[in-house]
Amino acid sequence: MKTEGKKKIWSEYQKEIADDHFFYVRSCIRQSFFPGSEQFFLHFMRNVLEKDVYENPSHTTCTGIGYHGDIVPLSTIMTVVARHFALMKEAGYKNIAISCVTSFGIYTEIIETWKHYPEELKKTREYLFKATGREFDIPENMAHTSDIIYKFRNEIAAKAKNLLVNKKTGEPLNVIEHIGCHYSKMFPKYGVGGAEFPNVLGGMIEAWGGRVVDYPERRHCCGFGFRQYLVQANRGYSLSNSVKKFNSMKPYKPDLILTNCPGCNMFMDKWQYTMKEMDGTVYGDNGESIPVLTYEELAGLVMGYNPWDLGVQYHMVQSEPLLRKIGIDYEPDNKFKTKDGRQMPVPKNLINV
Amino acid sequence: MENFGFTLLKERHIDFDANDRSIAGYISDHEPSFRLCIECGCCSATCTTGNFTPFSLRELLILLKRGENDKVREEIRKCMLCGKCTLVCPRGVNTRNVVMLAREAFRKQMNYAV
Repeated sequence: MKTEGKKKIWSEYQKEIADDHFFYVRSCIRQSFFPGSEQFFLHFMRNVLEKDVYENPSHTTCTGIGYHGDIVPLSTIMTVVARHFALMKEAGYKNIAISCVTSFGIYTEIIETWKHYPEELKKTREYLFKATGREFDIPENMAHTSDIIYKFRNEIAAKAKNLLVNKKTGEPLNVIEHIGCHYSKMFPKYGVGGAEFPNVLGGMIEAWGGRVVDYPERRHCCGFGFRQYLVQANRGYSLSNSVKKFNSMKPYKPDLILTNCPGCNMFMDKWQYTMKEMDGTVYGDNGESIPVLTYEELAGLVMGYNPWDLGVQYHMVQSEPLLRKIGIDYEPDNKFKTKDGRQMPVPKNLINV
Repeated sequence: MENFGFTLLKERHIDFDANDRSIAGYISDHEPSFRLCIECGCCSATCTTGNFTPFSLRELLILLKRGENDKVREEIRKCMLCGKCTLVCPRGVNTRNVVMLAREAFRKQMNYAV
């Protein structure tokens, strides 16, 4: 087989990911629901790879949920994002690392809007200056944090203490990779592999010894859809999307779902709980539900960190079946204890316990 | 069962592989103009039956193409074969003959008199 042409085509689907000196912006959902994920990312970048990652305490929400929920106007969100860029400029950074896929989509949409409609950029500069006296530059390099983990996936593999392999059978684990729609479906050039061949999570799974499951609804939306869940009566739309995916992946006996979007993670996790409560349906093998992890949590498990330090217990679907498959030792009694040994409240109705 | 205030919605997925599209195939073979239909709805707009009942020829043609024959079978008998739809069709589809052929196909292939 001739591969030269294919390599050339594939090279066009790559994006440039900066190597060092990142201005880090957090995700509302990720830092609230999976706090260990962002902690791991910062620890890995700063202490393991010894990279420069700066976080500004004045950084705010991007207001993406309000924007997609038709509450925040475009001119407002553009000014909020411009303020983030102003904080970055003031701190002397040119590479932005974004933790949230919704925010990532917002940043890409706004930068592309400014490119195509320079008058909007001019207006935003004016609004920001009038409101705060700040000025900003557009980042030179924009990466989602999953891009950065993808870039350093082989470094993680080199330090791996646990591979994504079933310890008993020696078979690679079946891993579902779910990439958030706003990562590369809107502006493909900003994603690794574009919209057609997004490889940001698949690359990690393969580097860490797992097997990527290719199932019919692989690129279907997770069901998050902001307007679909803001009103309680509408949440059936969101749930139905997720169930369509779950039904499609079920025959492949997935061991794990890996996401790069915090919203996808939350919904694919919590809707499994909902379906179990509604009518007892589970989508994993052996009557269990499928653990849904972030790429930071999975990278941490691969590198041998304590699962409770990574916060895997803060999902509704508990990860013990996965930990047992990989052969990770864990201390059940310490699951909901603080680092100094105090007992925290134990959430009710967890599944896979 | 826990009540969350919302429920799972009925699947509206149309599975072209699972549906039986043989009736549509029969019509296309015998009345090739059937393929020209763009579902504009002129036929329904001028339909006498459609004016007094919920009957819609446009909907029937879409359902036939999708192979959702159960719904068509019940509805298609309402057509009085007046042929006004054929006169107004901007694509020149012989819609009257389409209805005749659909009935014929149901009778021949499914032994179902329409």
